[in-house]
Amino acid sequence: MSTLLLIEQILNGLQFGVMLFLMSAGLTLIFGVMGLINLAHGSLYMVGAFAAAAVAGATGSFLLALITALAAAATAGALVEIVVIRRLYRATHLDQVLATFALILIFSEGTRWVFGSFPLFLDIPDALSGPVSLPGGIKYPLYRLALIGIGILVALGLWWLTARTRLGIQIRAGENDREMIAALGVDISRLYTIVFALGAALAGLAGALVGAIQSVQIGMGEPVLILAFVVIVIGGIGSIKGAFVGALLVGLTDTLGGIFLPELFKLFMETDAATQTGSALASMAVYILMSLVLIWRPTGLFGARA
Amino acid sequence: MKQLMLAAAVGALSAASVMADTKIGMITTLSGGGAGLGIDVRDGFMLAIEQSGRSDIEVVIEDDQRKPDIAVQLADKMIQSEKVDVMTGIIWSNLAMAVVPAAVNQNVFYLSPNAGPSALAGKGCHPNYFNVAWQNDNLHEGAGAFANTAGYGNSFILAPNYPAGKDALTGYKRMFEGDIAGEIFTQLGQTDYAAEIAQIRASGADSVFFFLPGGMGISFLKQYADSGVDLPVVGPAFSFDQGILQAVGDAALGVVNTSQWNKDIDNPTNAAFVESFGAKYGRLPSLYASQGFDTANLLLSALDKAAPSDADAFRDALRAAEFDSTRGDFAFGPNQHPIQTIYAREVVREGDVLTNKIIGVALENHSDVYAADCKM
Repeated sequence: MSTLLLIEQILNGLQFGVMLFLMSAGLTLIFGVMGLINLAHGSLYMVGAFAAAAVAGATGSFLLALITALAAAATAGALVEIVVIRRLYRATHLDQVLATFALILIFSEGTRWVFGSFPLFLDIPDALSGPVSLPGGIKYPLYRLALIGIGILVALGLWWLTARTRLGIQIRAGENDREMIAALGVDISRLYTIVFALGAALAGLAGALVGAIQSVQIGMGEPVLILAFVVIVIGGIGSIKGAFVGALLVGLTDTLGGIFLPELFKLFMETDAATQTGSALASMAVYILMSLVLIWRPTGLFGARA
Repeated sequence: MKQLMLAAAVGALSAASVMADTKIGMITTLSGGGAGLGIDVRDGFMLAIEQSGRSDIEVVIEDDQRKPDIAVQLADKMIQSEKVDVMTGIIWSNLAMAVVPAAVNQNVFYLSPNAGPSALAGKGCHPNYFNVAWQNDNLHEGAGAFANTAGYGNSFILAPNYPAGKDALTGYKRMFEGDIAGEIFTQLGQTDYAAEIAQIRASGADSVFFFLPGGMGISFLKQYADSGVDLPVVGPAFSFDQGILQAVGDAALGVVNTSQWNKDIDNPTNAAFVESFGAKYGRLPSLYASQGFDTANLLLSALDKAAPSDADAFRDALRAAEFDSTRGDFAFGPNQHPIQTIYAREVVREGDVLTNKIIGVALENHSDVYAADCKM
């Protein structure tokens, strides 16, 4: 196992991590501010990817596709909040899970109705395609480097938004005490719609960015959603900083675990058996990480409440 | 989501008709990520039923959502309350394993239009179970044989960590005579292959074999093309079927894949199938559609000779397989799985559509290794 391969895998883990961060940031904001478990977050990721694929297919512009993805996911998010979610804030978590699960089915079948059952095509823009040579002779896809860059920019933007703006103050206040900020005259239902649309837009952005290197198909959001929940549990529910650290931890664990666990088992097992055991254990690695974090800190790394 | 389709109510009720109506139960995947495959099988199957013009065949179609538990429930309902005579439609091997053994033991005939798990081809074979597609290993064995003729000496191989993935790597290794530079089991449903591609780059292989059906294959090929690794790739047709090629895009161009069917196989049945499928559904058929079409035609050929209620005669009629297949000559081996030619195809662009073109034969009149274990 060479150093070059190790560095490349760390970059892969980081890239996976920052994309998970885009998903989990919205999820953790929505849970933190409104106390809502939104299973349909993965559907918003899918909406972003499909909107991007449709626009890129029609216009050929990736930038336009990204903007549309953001707008489509934010609009879908705002609509869902106003039509459905608004009625669920006072409901139990079980009702929320049930209603947002229904939304997953509605989004999936609605997307099939509009776009058909076959996966759509969305490609990397020409300017970002192909590998670049990094110092040390590593060849790494430029697009993935761009994803890392965009993810870090979004993280900085979110930090600025929550720490330095009026909206951010309201969001943080909303996390602490909903009744009090409503009493102080903040339009709480408007705030909720904005936060929900913001979270949805981030998911849509992630869907569009990742859609270019993966397959744009129905149900693409659910596997990511599961990992995003793992991320916010590790990071601490409601904490953007926690989501960032958690996402990087999960991204690195998943990527490096998949590589090194089979190698580790090969030291003392037959190749075939080592590959199978290692792969099986690697797919559990993030959940083992989650359990360890929860044993050590039951509220997650940066969580204020359980 | 229940669809009850009464096939082609053409002729009026005829007093001369002595044959009882035949009821077919189709359980296939019509929603969720794998829906494209089920829809193609269904459309190919229904096209053949419609073309037969028979009004005495009723097809009950249900969606299994790619979930074994739902497939089992649907099968129970079809056998016990709908009283179907013949079942078909299942796409995925894990669902087939959950449904088929129980169904055939209740004296229902099962014709598989897709899944061909090894467990049902060897010791677990059954007189009422017919596979019209392939045994799971077949196309992978074809890929291994092609790799030999292409002169590859050192392959990196990968597949998802589930039974069909293991069958795939076993099938490739059974035929491939070169060395294995590395072997990876990925997670089922994995969407990011950066880590695996990095390992391929570092492995010193001269070729890559992969079995990643559906969306997994789309992701892998796009990422592989963008990574700058330019080793030749070979795989079974499942990542290069008509339904997903457009989503892979130019990244798939020139890739060799193995299949028992392609739209340019030269026989009148196939030409008519491709033409009428396009006319009816407005798209090119995939190998899954051809399998659905062949399954229905096999069934129709047997129904011409005997009713399923006369189980022995109906079984013999199925075994004889006297129908015009889109693959040309069609025959069953002793375990009632096809003996057939596996072709090597190359992905080409025709106008604005990506599609496949046959470039040679990978394995001629190929059976499977499990047939020897089948005692019927």
